Amino acid sequence: MMSAKYLAQGDLSAWLGALAQGRRVLVPVRENGAVVFRPYGPGVAPVLSRQADSPPKESVFPSTERLMEFSYSKDPENLGKVALDIKETVNAPATVVFGGRPCDARGFTVFDRVYDTKAIRDPYYAERRASTLFVTLACDAPETTCFCNSVGSSPVDADGSDVLLTPVEGGWLVEAVSERGKALLDAPALKDAPASAQEQAKAAQEAAVAAMPPAWDAAPAAAKLIEKFDDMGFWDNVSAKCISCGACTYLCPTCYCFTVTDERSGMKGERIRTWDTCMSFQFTLEASGHNPRPTKAYRLKNRVGHKFSYYPDIHKGPIACCGCGRCIKLCPVSVDIREIVRLAMELPTATAGKP
Amino acid sequence: MPILDELKAAIAKRLPELDVVIGWGKGFDALHHTPVFITSEADLDKLELGPLSVQNLATYLTRYPKTKKIGVVVKGCDSRSVVQLLQEKLINRENVVVFGFPCEGVVDLEKVKRALEGQGMEIARVSEATFQGERCTLTTGGKAGSLPMADLWADKCNRCQYHDAVMSDEFVGQRLDRKAEDAYADVAAFEAKPLAERQAFWQEQMSRCIRCYACRNACPLCVCRDQCIAQTREPNWVSQRTGVEEKFMFQMIHASHLAGRCTECGECERACPVGIPILLLKRKNNKEVLELFDYRAGIDPEAKPPLLAFKVEEEKINERGW
Repeated sequence: MMSAKYLAQGDLSAWLGALAQGRRVLVPVRENGAVVFRPYGPGVAPVLSRQADSPPKESVFPSTERLMEFSYSKDPENLGKVALDIKETVNAPATVVFGGRPCDARGFTVFDRVYDTKAIRDPYYAERRASTLFVTLACDAPETTCFCNSVGSSPVDADGSDVLLTPVEGGWLVEAVSERGKALLDAPALKDAPASAQEQAKAAQEAAVAAMPPAWDAAPAAAKLIEKFDDMGFWDNVSAKCISCGACTYLCPTCYCFTVTDERSGMKGERIRTWDTCMSFQFTLEASGHNPRPTKAYRLKNRVGHKFSYYPDIHKGPIACCGCGRCIKLCPVSVDIREIVRLAMELPTATAGKP
Repeated sequence: MPILDELKAAIAKRLPELDVVIGWGKGFDALHHTPVFITSEADLDKLELGPLSVQNLATYLTRYPKTKKIGVVVKGCDSRSVVQLLQEKLINRENVVVFGFPCEGVVDLEKVKRALEGQGMEIARVSEATFQGERCTLTTGGKAGSLPMADLWADKCNRCQYHDAVMSDEFVGQRLDRKAEDAYADVAAFEAKPLAERQAFWQEQMSRCIRCYACRNACPLCVCRDQCIAQTREPNWVSQRTGVEEKFMFQMIHASHLAGRCTECGECERACPVGIPILLLKRKNNKEVLELFDYRAGIDPEAKPPLLAFKVEEEKINERGW
C-alpha cells in the first residue's frame, strides 16, 4: 500500500465533487429498485451498501461503440465512380468509476489479457482503459451468490483497482493501490489516516475474507470441462432450465464478446461494435447457415468452458470469472454456474471429449 | 396429506407415460426456487411448492419437440399460458399433462428486497426464510426480521381471478374458488398522466435496459425466439445499436405481438434484471382487448383469440355505424 488517507462519511460528496472536476465519475445509484452506474452530479446519492445490479462494464466496454463513420460520395463527372470516406472515432473520456466492488474492477484484468497485449492492441478498448480509474469499495458482507474466493480473488482484492476503500468507523480508509490512484488522493476531503483507522481497516479486511463461504478450488475444472466436451448428456441436463436470454453474459464483468455491424442509412453510416452473447442463436452463426453451437446446451457449454477452461488454458492460469455472482442472482430461472462447474468436476464423464 | 406430497403422488402416477415433468425445486438460497426436470421417481424428492415457486414453467413447453410427452406443474396464471398455447396449436394436447394446484400466490422478491432495505437488511444475504400464515420470517447476517405477507404478494396475485388452474389433468389440493377484481387501475392511472410525462418515464426506464431479452425469453407466448425480428439482419427492422429508441422499439414489438395473447403471468417484468416495469405495456394492450372484444387470453381452450380471427363485423366494434 502506497499511502493511506481517511474519508469521513460526511466528506464523501466533497471528494466526489472534486473527482468530477474535468472527469466523468460513475457511481452506483438506485433506479426503480435496480442499482446501476450513472454519472455523478449534484444531488446524486451513491448506493454503497450493496453490489450494483449492472457492473460498470459500460465504462470501458460500452454496449454500443462507434468504431468509425463512413460516407459514400459519387463522382459528378462519373456517376459509376463512388468514393468512400472513413473517419475513425475513438471516444475515451477521462473517467473515474467509484463504488464498484473488487470483482467489478478485477473483471477488466480479464479483458486486458485479450484486448491489450504485445501482439494485439485494440485501440478503442485500450484508450478507454487508460483513461478510466477505479475507486473500489472492499466488501464487508458477502451475498448468497458471492464466490470470488473460489476463483482466485477475495472481497478485498485490489487487482484492477487504483484506489481501495475499506469501511472503518465513521468513514473509509482510502488507499492508493496503483501509481495512477495516488493522484486521486490529493484532495482536501481526504485527511491523513490515523493509526486507529488503519488497524480498523486491517481488521475489517480480515473479517471480510473470513465471512466468505468456504472456497472451493475451481482450477481443476479446466481439465474436467475439456473431458466433458462431448458429453452432451451432461450439458443437456445442466442447461435444461436455461431460457437462452443473455442476462448472465451482459451482467458479467468478464464477458467481452462483441459483434460488429454496419448501420447504414442512404450514403452514410457507421460501423459499430456491440456486446454479443454466447447465449444467442446468432453467436457463431456462420454465413452458410451452419452454427457450430446449435442448441442452448452447446451455448452454455461455451460460457462455462470459456470462463473455466479455455481462457485459463490460453492465458496460463487465470480464470475468466470474478465470482461476482450476478449471473446467478439475476438469472430469471436461477441457473447456478457454481453448481455446473462443481458437477463437471464431480460427475463421471459419459462420453469423453478429445483432449 | 400435505399438498406437496399429493403433487408428488400425482406425478409418480403419470411419470411412466411421460418423458419429463417440469416442477420447482430448491434454488441457490432460501429465497429462490428453480425449475427442476423430473425423469425418475428418485427426482421427486427435489420438488418444492409454495410462494417462491415463481417461474412460469409453461415457457419450457415450446422448447421441446412436439412429439415429447411432457408434464408441467402450473399455478393458476401459468395454466392460462398452457391454454393459450393450446389455442394457438403451439403444443399438442395429447402430449402435455398439466398438474394444477390451488395457488395462494407468489412472493415478489422486489417487494421483499425493498421491505428488507427498509429494515436495514439485504435480500442478497438472507440465510433462512419461512412463510407461514400471515408472516414471512427471515434471517440475514444473524439478524431476524419479519414481514407481513400482505406486503409481499406479487401484484398479479392481488388481482388474481384464477388461483386454481383453469385447466388441468391432475389437480391436487382443495380449490380456493377465490377471485379478486381487476379494473386495470394501474393502467388507467398511468394513462391519466400527460403524454410528455409518460414518454419521459419510458425513456428513463429503457435507458437502463441491457437488451438481454430475458423479458422475451421468459415469456411463454414469445415463441419466435431465434427468429425474433428484434435481432434478424434480413430484414433489419431494429438496429444493433443499443439506444433508447431501439430498446423501446423492441418493447413495442414485444407488446404488440402479445396483444390478445398475453395472460399477464408477469414473467417479462420478473425476469428483467434491472427492474423495468414492462408488464404495464402488456396490460395496456390487454385492457384494450378486453374493452374492444370482451376477451381475456388463455381461459377457454376452444376460443379463438380475437387478433387471430377475422370477422367482417366485430360484435363490439360498430364498423359501419358511424
